[in-house]
Amino acid sequence: MTTLDTGQQTAPRASFFNDPVIRGVIYQVVVAALIISFILWIIGNTAANLAAQNKTTGFDFLWRTAGFDISFSLLPWSRASYYWEAFLVGLLNTVLVAVVGIFFATILGFTIGIARLSTNFIVSSLATIYIEVIRNIPLLLQLFFWYFAVLKAMPAVRNSFELPFDSFINQRGIMIPRPIPDEQFGFVWLGLALAVIGVVVLRYWAKKRLEATGQRFPVFLTSVAILFGVTAFVFWISGASVAFEIPVLERFNFRGGLQLPPEFVALAFGLTIYTAAFIAETVRAGIQAVNHGQTEAAASLGLKDADRLRLVIVPQAMRVIIPPLTSQYLNLTKNSSLGAAIGYPELVNVFAGTSLNQTGRAIECIAIVMLVYLTFSLLTSAIMNWYNARVKLVER
Amino acid sequence: MQKAFVSIAVAASLGLGATAAQAAILDDVKAKGYIQCGVTGGVAGFSAPDSNNVWTGIEVDYCRAMAAAIFNDADAVRFTSLTSQERFTALSAGEVDVLSRTTTWTMSRDTQLGISFVGTMFYDGQGFMVRVEDGIESALDLSGAAICIESGTTTELNAADYFAANGMEFNTVVFVDQDEVVKAYEDGRCDVYTTDSSALAAERSKFANPDDHIILPEIISKEPLGPVVRAGDTQWFNIARWTYFALLEAEELGVSSANVDEQLGSDNPAIKRLLGVEGEFGAPLGLDNAWAYQIIKLVGNYAETYERNVGPDTPIGLERGLNALWRDGGIQYAPPIR
Repeated sequence: MTTLDTGQQTAPRASFFNDPVIRGVIYQVVVAALIISFILWIIGNTAANLAAQNKTTGFDFLWRTAGFDISFSLLPWSRASYYWEAFLVGLLNTVLVAVVGIFFATILGFTIGIARLSTNFIVSSLATIYIEVIRNIPLLLQLFFWYFAVLKAMPAVRNSFELPFDSFINQRGIMIPRPIPDEQFGFVWLGLALAVIGVVVLRYWAKKRLEATGQRFPVFLTSVAILFGVTAFVFWISGASVAFEIPVLERFNFRGGLQLPPEFVALAFGLTIYTAAFIAETVRAGIQAVNHGQTEAAASLGLKDADRLRLVIVPQAMRVIIPPLTSQYLNLTKNSSLGAAIGYPELVNVFAGTSLNQTGRAIECIAIVMLVYLTFSLLTSAIMNWYNARVKLVER
Repeated sequence: MQKAFVSIAVAASLGLGATAAQAAILDDVKAKGYIQCGVTGGVAGFSAPDSNNVWTGIEVDYCRAMAAAIFNDADAVRFTSLTSQERFTALSAGEVDVLSRTTTWTMSRDTQLGISFVGTMFYDGQGFMVRVEDGIESALDLSGAAICIESGTTTELNAADYFAANGMEFNTVVFVDQDEVVKAYEDGRCDVYTTDSSALAAERSKFANPDDHIILPEIISKEPLGPVVRAGDTQWFNIARWTYFALLEAEELGVSSANVDEQLGSDNPAIKRLLGVEGEFGAPLGLDNAWAYQIIKLVGNYAETYERNVGPDTPIGLERGLNALWRDGGIQYAPPIR
């Protein structure tokens, strides 16, 4: 005791409850205890209520016959398929619309973000108007607009718009011929793969040469020439051919070909337009965050316009852009669940909607769907964090 | 931690609400002073707000009848409009006390969802509506047609069965909300709109040109529509069931809202028992002995609510058919009150 007291004489000892260390520990223990007891109470309460409601629970329903139809499926689907197959179909449809949406939203968003910084008054004000209008209207309303307004404007099946190459647009969607490659076509894929490897090697070599001698090589044009040239040559020499299955009008609709239902088109379009507005602002902010002095410094090094942007401005802007861009990608993926409102059979519609209702397994279905979205989000963040770590400022 | 989070959120959405379900529902309802009744988002004749924003329809009248039996006040009801997808979760979570929402009685629903079907307020069957200009005469012509359907319904399953049984190509567009289903059909996204044939008639009556649409003759399923309560509370189930029987019994005995006060003096023992003049039938339900009198006085009997909401003189124009009393060639039948 005495030794302890003498040891602490340098700092006057606070009373037990005023000691910041002890306080900190007490607060943390109390908060942790509250959270744990809350979780335990919720779990116990749910279990007790489910038992009291005489509900059948469990995941066995996943192996039962679903018995309903799904209008748009990337996997073979019939009414005799199982519920877990319905889950997969919904999942793939969500992934499909999210990937397509992210791809186009990125392109559109970057274009508009850069347009907003344009010195041309008309271009920059058009970009500003686009961003302000789209960002400030709720997404669900926009989806209804794209779906119902555009659907109404489309012609009925018998009066379909005829596009070139036997494609059609009508109220049932967009129909295009389906390419059916023959057996020789494998060689073409092989040729394409070789061409890609060639391009990678070429780029590496050109970079080394630039660093060693300072001489440039027209990498982009050569790459394009290799990709197209090699593939076309293999196509010609292997005698491969592609047949086309052309959509044919039947009593109610076209049959055959590739068909994109209006629900998918409206959802992908709506998500792209909406998210692009947010991405555009992110991009503008990122570019403006790079000090103008950087441009001038790059210019004084003698870098060309394009190189200045590519080597100096964009890498620094990306550091600012990547984190908010990640959240936009996540938002787009989660927003795709609004597709249920316009009849697109994505995960929420098929699994948390129809399947949940036909089986009555609310907790099970919702838990699975939540886990899926959580996994999507964590995966997207992991990828974007990896990319962010690559482009972030290396401090020396 | 992720799993725990999921459990919290799921349990919070379902578990918390259900706490109220533990107590006797009648006591809860009496304490709050009204019945919470789950209805559709608007199916004319069944449950829909009228031009004065008052809920009307045969299913709304059923909830009003329960309120009349319990509170002697047909307006002691609040209505929650639910989608097909939400309805069972809302009922079992205690958000509504009774679900009266064009709900088909099926075995899996009755035995697996923790709910009990009270009876069949309306015998229905699934039909198909198409545009006259398409020249379709039979449901068997529908192979390959685009069909608009509401999600989470027996309709979805019946149609899949029917098309599979007849070897036809099945092609659906499924929406969560009925309004979107109808709008998509009207806008031409689908060739066919399918649901219970009564609801088809109700929707058709709302179209700009009802004559441009016909309902095909095939009825492809049995759709006994009835009110539903949570399983496990026998007293509440009995109140719900005997409210329905009282509506039928009153019609059978010729007691209506117009003559119920006269009938109090009737010599017919069956009428005396129904109106609580003789016997003690209210107390076992936890209600006043005049419970059925209140129903008939304030809401009417089954025939009155039928004629007023969906009968031949309404825009929906449905004949009684199967829904006539057993002695008139239908299958509506109530056990005796004695």
